[in-house]
Amino acid sequence: MAKSSSNSKLKQFFEGDLWHEFTHSPVAWISFSIMFLCLILATFAPYIAPFNIFDLAAIDLMDADLPPPWAGEDGDMRFPLGTDDQGRDIWSGILYGAQISIFVGFTSVIISAIIGIALGLLAGYKGGRVDSFIMRVADIQLSFPAILIALLIDGVMRGLLPRESHDELAIYVLIFAISISGWVQYARTIRGSVMVEKHKEYVQAGQVIGLPQSIIAVRHILPNVLNPIFVIGTIHLASAIITEATLSFLGVGMSPTTPSLGTLIRIGNEYLLSGEWWITIFPGAALVILVLSVNIFGDWLRDALNPKLR
Amino acid sequence: MFSFLVKRLLQSVVVLVAVALIAFSLFKFVGDPINNMVGQDTTLEEREALRESLGLNDPFHQQFYNFMVNAAVGDFGISYRHKVPVSDLIAERAPATLELSIISALLSIFIGIPMGVYTAINRSGFLSRSFMTVSLVGISLPTFLIGILFIFFFGVILRWLPTFGRGEVVALGWWTTGLLTWSGIKSLILPSITLALFQMTLIMRLVRTEMLEVLCTDYIKFARARGLHERAVNFGHALKNTLIPVITIIGLQLGLVMAFAIITETVFQWPGMGMLFIQAIEEVDVPVMAAYLMMISLIFVAINLLVDILYAFVDPRLTIDGGSKHG
Repeated sequence: MAKSSSNSKLKQFFEGDLWHEFTHSPVAWISFSIMFLCLILATFAPYIAPFNIFDLAAIDLMDADLPPPWAGEDGDMRFPLGTDDQGRDIWSGILYGAQISIFVGFTSVIISAIIGIALGLLAGYKGGRVDSFIMRVADIQLSFPAILIALLIDGVMRGLLPRESHDELAIYVLIFAISISGWVQYARTIRGSVMVEKHKEYVQAGQVIGLPQSIIAVRHILPNVLNPIFVIGTIHLASAIITEATLSFLGVGMSPTTPSLGTLIRIGNEYLLSGEWWITIFPGAALVILVLSVNIFGDWLRDALNPKLR
Repeated sequence: MFSFLVKRLLQSVVVLVAVALIAFSLFKFVGDPINNMVGQDTTLEEREALRESLGLNDPFHQQFYNFMVNAAVGDFGISYRHKVPVSDLIAERAPATLELSIISALLSIFIGIPMGVYTAINRSGFLSRSFMTVSLVGISLPTFLIGILFIFFFGVILRWLPTFGRGEVVALGWWTTGLLTWSGIKSLILPSITLALFQMTLIMRLVRTEMLEVLCTDYIKFARARGLHERAVNFGHALKNTLIPVITIIGLQLGLVMAFAIITETVFQWPGMGMLFIQAIEEVDVPVMAAYLMMISLIFVAINLLVDILYAFVDPRLTIDGGSKHG
């Protein structure tokens, strides 16, 4: 029974407008393919990467600062994109770095969404004082740029934690800072839709048969207001990845021992002026490809789901 | 109108007190301030005396009150790392950040607005389309990457411009300026363009959207029907009405320039307040962190308050329904 219903849902999806638009829009499927490829490469980094960048025994200082073999005379074919100052393979570094960047981005987006949805639902359904308090906080937070909030939270957290544990806790601090800086968009959207939904008949029917308010809000209203979340989430993913990269670049994010793309760019930036451009330019390019593909796909998704633009 | 102003003012005060509480809790919970101030050979009695004289044994609310009073006059104590008063450090670094921010803000306004007007008037021209494409890239690329690309291209490959520091500066009293020397101006070019780029694209898109909306209104159609010159319609009638909402939003954007200066300063090793703050985070230099936290919140709260008041004057309807500009 359950299987046939999920089958028909799949069928509905493939025969629906969204799938049709997707297959007929080159922008959509090219950006989606690139995004998907990045995701696969990052997820399976340990199996794809030719070197394990965390394994100190596999690193040879003799290999340090080698340019890519196709760009310099002393390049080595083992390192297609060259090596950094410690002899680590840049290509492997990018794969592992992208894994961390995408992990931090995804986790932050999910936590932001959960916080935003919960507060939006509460504000929209309860109304009154709860609503005006939550929305006031949202207004205030929105008057500061997200990256500044993330930076300030990151700084305060680092201040409060003992210094020895900064490196190992860095990833949690980052996820916390980026999540807290991003919930407002979700909350506002959900609140708006909930305020429309709660006057509909099915909600009144639920109230009449005496369902608890929490059940009505979560089981009945929530599923009807979730659609825009996917668009916000996709676009937020791109900005979360940028925020992570920026914080790591500033030196208050991931440490050089477990580098994300931002950390790799930071490490390479010190060698840029002495002509070793590959250490920073390739991770930078990887970040741009990742962020652009997510952004373009998100833009397409927003337009495709917006009935006004049809 | 009056109650709206009072409400907004109260809200700003609440935000500042909340930020002050966070900044103060940094002092309370991060390390022991006494250990950060005295040497190894200070006796326990001396430490206790110092603790008493600094008021560290006072009750929490008393300490917080003292912190607020000191913060109000810009006294945040002595930097743990630099061993000089934080206010001196900030006064020393402020000119660099302000110069960079003001130049970038001017750049983004005086390039962004004409670009926006141009793309709105010649909507399908080749130049407009390329402006729009470039602006999309400008919005998508993180600021620090744009800075690195500039350094790579103009500093490493072409070797045209310096890529770090302020160059030679001239002291005018307590203010140091890089605008009076050739090397200072050359050093300013790359950082200010990097910082301006994001705001520039935002302002351009904003002006374009507003202008397109105004160009669709009836009075523009009537102006055209009356046979007025295209230029008179565009610049005499349309632009004027476009700029009213734009000005308020640009005010808000300028606050962002100060915030994003942190990133640009780090990329270009610009000796401003942003770099001071980043170093303070890395070294857990609490007084500097607290001071910067308070300062940047004050700037943002002040700008927001100002913009809200401006909005209220421009559009009196907003003050009626509880004063929320977001409806």
